[in-house]
Amino acid sequence: MLSNFQDQFASLTVGGLSLGFIYVLIALGYTMVYGVLRMINFANSEVFMYGTFATIIVIRDLFGFTQQSEPATGFRLVYILFLCLIASMLMSGILSIFLELVAYRRLRNRGSNKLAPLISAIGMSIVLAEFMRILTDSRYVGSPRVMEKKSLGTFFGAELRLDNVIIIVAGLILFVSLSQFVQRTRLGKAIRAVSMNEDAAKLMGVNLNFVVSGTFLVGGLMTGAAGFFYVLKYENTSFNIGFELGIAAFTAAILGGIGNIKGAFYGGIALGLLETYASFFLGTQWKAVTVFIVLVFVLYFRPNGVFGEAITQTRA
Amino acid sequence: MFNLRDWGAGVWERSGRPVRVLIALGAIAAAASLPLLGGTFLNTPIADYGSVLVFPVAIFVIMALGLNIVIGKSGLLDLGYVAFFAIGAYTMGILGTKTGLNSWEILPIGIAMAMFAGLILGVPALRLRGDYLAIITLGFGEIVRITALNLNSIGGANGIVGIPTPPTIFGLEYTFDNHRLYFWTFLIIILLTIWMIRRLSVRRAGRAWESIRQDEDAAELMGVPTFRYKIWAFVLGASVGGAAGVLYASKTLFISPDNFTLQVSILILACVVFGGMGNIWGVVLGAIILGYLPDRIRFISDARLLVFGAVLVLMMNLRPDGLLPRKKREKALPEKGQS
Repeated sequence: MLSNFQDQFASLTVGGLSLGFIYVLIALGYTMVYGVLRMINFANSEVFMYGTFATIIVIRDLFGFTQQSEPATGFRLVYILFLCLIASMLMSGILSIFLELVAYRRLRNRGSNKLAPLISAIGMSIVLAEFMRILTDSRYVGSPRVMEKKSLGTFFGAELRLDNVIIIVAGLILFVSLSQFVQRTRLGKAIRAVSMNEDAAKLMGVNLNFVVSGTFLVGGLMTGAAGFFYVLKYENTSFNIGFELGIAAFTAAILGGIGNIKGAFYGGIALGLLETYASFFLGTQWKAVTVFIVLVFVLYFRPNGVFGEAITQTRA
Repeated sequence: MFNLRDWGAGVWERSGRPVRVLIALGAIAAAASLPLLGGTFLNTPIADYGSVLVFPVAIFVIMALGLNIVIGKSGLLDLGYVAFFAIGAYTMGILGTKTGLNSWEILPIGIAMAMFAGLILGVPALRLRGDYLAIITLGFGEIVRITALNLNSIGGANGIVGIPTPPTIFGLEYTFDNHRLYFWTFLIIILLTIWMIRRLSVRRAGRAWESIRQDEDAAELMGVPTFRYKIWAFVLGASVGGAAGVLYASKTLFISPDNFTLQVSILILACVVFGGMGNIWGVVLGAIILGYLPDRIRFISDARLLVFGAVLVLMMNLRPDGLLPRKKREKALPEKGQS
């Protein structure tokens, strides 16, 4: 078993990293909203699920791929993948803004108790998932193969499969652009200001509703990108995948320290790797248990996650 | 706006003892006569009305009351409440099929098991606050379910079949389709639970929970041993969940890990918040409505969960404190953590 593990370690790591980046991007959706509003955006898992469907719609309906089609190559492939990514991100971003308008805005402006938005989010999450279930007849929806998953060669004994490489590279680019966005742009600064101190930010003339919508949009865009990567890697989706991945990504956000962008990154990567290694040793059925036990241990010693809370600083 | 909760509390406080007894007896009689109203507009179109009243309605009420101790009284967000329900049900399933014990003998064992699980989870988890506690409890719920799913010695994915019914008492026979008898038995358990929570609420424990919920740091500074009382709230909530599990298993006679998903925890949480966190009558009302509604609107078959979700969103936006919110005076206090 152990020598077997050593043989496969590198390949497992690549697979774990690509899974990790999917988690990172969904976790960013949770963590951005949490950083600004101190609220679990429970319906983010459904935002992700709609992102996966956007990719499949583009592949199947816009480009007319079927299960028998030849995979695309060259520039056409790049063009298709890029369009899928944009479609998923837009779908999820817009859905996320809509979600905030319908489920949270009124509650937030009324200053309700902490749990009411959570229940509202759960309600929205049920509505979104059920709507998709009815549309898809409760079936799994397979994605036609647009890209041949060929190996690009090996790297220290790791097999570099094309889809994993795309996910890791594109995920990294998205993550870096997000952190630059939050650091440098006007909206990014406003988001940080609100997450530090909402009242002071308002007094300084920050338009709170605009910033909150912006946060949901950015979080949704990242979550949507994760949806595209998911379809690229697993080539199917269904109305209920949001739940499992959402929980895992939320765990990742907590592991790194929720509300902290860097925390979502390391938490997601760590969780992806951990799950992959744990599935290898104990079988896939125990991976969730392993993850949660690790989480309990981490939180026992570092109750605010590994990197602490808040987009910029720990709450007093 | 007209506040039903304050109006009800006003009537209760103004009346003397005889009137109070009358009100209580009237309420109990109304609840007990629910199974007799099968032919009226209350009837559920597809599922059997009597059986809907037992599960989900009565079971939901018991669980919501238990979760209310944890969330409503002491303000601890528990997203894995189903774990205790599952532990109770599996205790009943295993002991009921493998030993000769009957339901009433297993009930205290199931409660003890759930309390023990609450203690094991609570000691590390209750050092954490807010949303971290939420994710740990959620994880615990999933661990219990996955363990049940993967351990073939307790049935694995097939679950446990052939759980015995409770033994005959006073000549009343618990057959599978005798829903009324089950309902009345569960009603007694519900009343006992309500009585226990009301007694605790006005005593030291209740005051300690109240202070922890409002401001944990201040409570600690005033000398409330917050950690100990949080454990107590957790363990008591777990005991009620365990009891609900034992009762559930001895009603359905068949359990499998599919009955204990996270969705159940979330649904019970929704009952508590929907009805009005912290207020027993609100919680009971919330559980009745949310347990009953999906079956009542089954005629729109495919879209019934969709409508259910929309109702949750709509309700929370119109009445964020639930149908019957707790007393208003606490709301004057500023929200903590809104800096």
